Amino acid sequence: MSAQLRTPIKIARGLGSAKHGVHHFMVQRITAVALLGLGIWFVWIVLSMLHMDYATARSFVAQPFNAVLMLAFVGALFWHAQLGLQVVIEDYVHTGGVELALQIAVKFLCFLGAAACVLAVIRVALGS
Amino acid sequence: MPDTARPLSPHLTVYRWQIQMVTSIVHRGTGLFLALGTALIVWALLALASGAEAFANLRAFCASWLGLILLLGWSWSLAFHLLNGVRHLLQDMGLGYEPRQFVLNGWLATIGSFVLTALIWAAAFMQRGGA
Repeated sequence: MSAQLRTPIKIARGLGSAKHGVHHFMVQRITAVALLGLGIWFVWIVLSMLHMDYATARSFVAQPFNAVLMLAFVGALFWHAQLGLQVVIEDYVHTGGVELALQIAVKFLCFLGAAACVLAVIRVALGS
Repeated sequence: MPDTARPLSPHLTVYRWQIQMVTSIVHRGTGLFLALGTALIVWALLALASGAEAFANLRAFCASWLGLILLLGWSWSLAFHLLNGVRHLLQDMGLGYEPRQFVLNGWLATIGSFVLTALIWAAAFMQRGGA
């Protein structure tokens, strides 16, 4: 007999796999798949805009199709960048305070970058 | 200084350089460099939103020597990270792990990244000629 007075089901309940252990891994891969398409699209967009004057370039990005894909691109981009930088810091920075500061800085910067891009795309798309 | 000063096993210096480790290291390196490159994307979109003058400044920077060298670096980094990223996704599904395949697809991703970079710049220069 076990020294435990609780039944095994009582111990197991609520502690089983919620499949969250691979969340970081999965999101990194999902954003990677998104960036596979969006990254190629972005290169094409940049190449298309190389010799446009300002007004043409602006109205090009303002087209709903391009504006929506640009929002998706910057979202996936900064999310993927944050996940990747997080792992690099985890792997190579082993000083508690510095690691924490870098992890917070990376998250803040990635959010600010994404927010700035989203605002800019919305301003371009809405013409304000 | 790390919080715990544990002894380290012999590391990079004792290994012969080979494609398997180089692609892995370069994948991280290009990832870091591309993350820095997001600053240019932020600048570009903000310039596009703010006006013709800001856009002209951005264009002048991109056409400068520093800008061109950075863009060359970022375009190759993107090409490598993208192709090697596909390799990683296939590896995540358990494909391409046989040593011969692993070495071969490592070289494919590496050579492909240079081809893709050349194509991007060819497209850019052809536009200049065509326009």
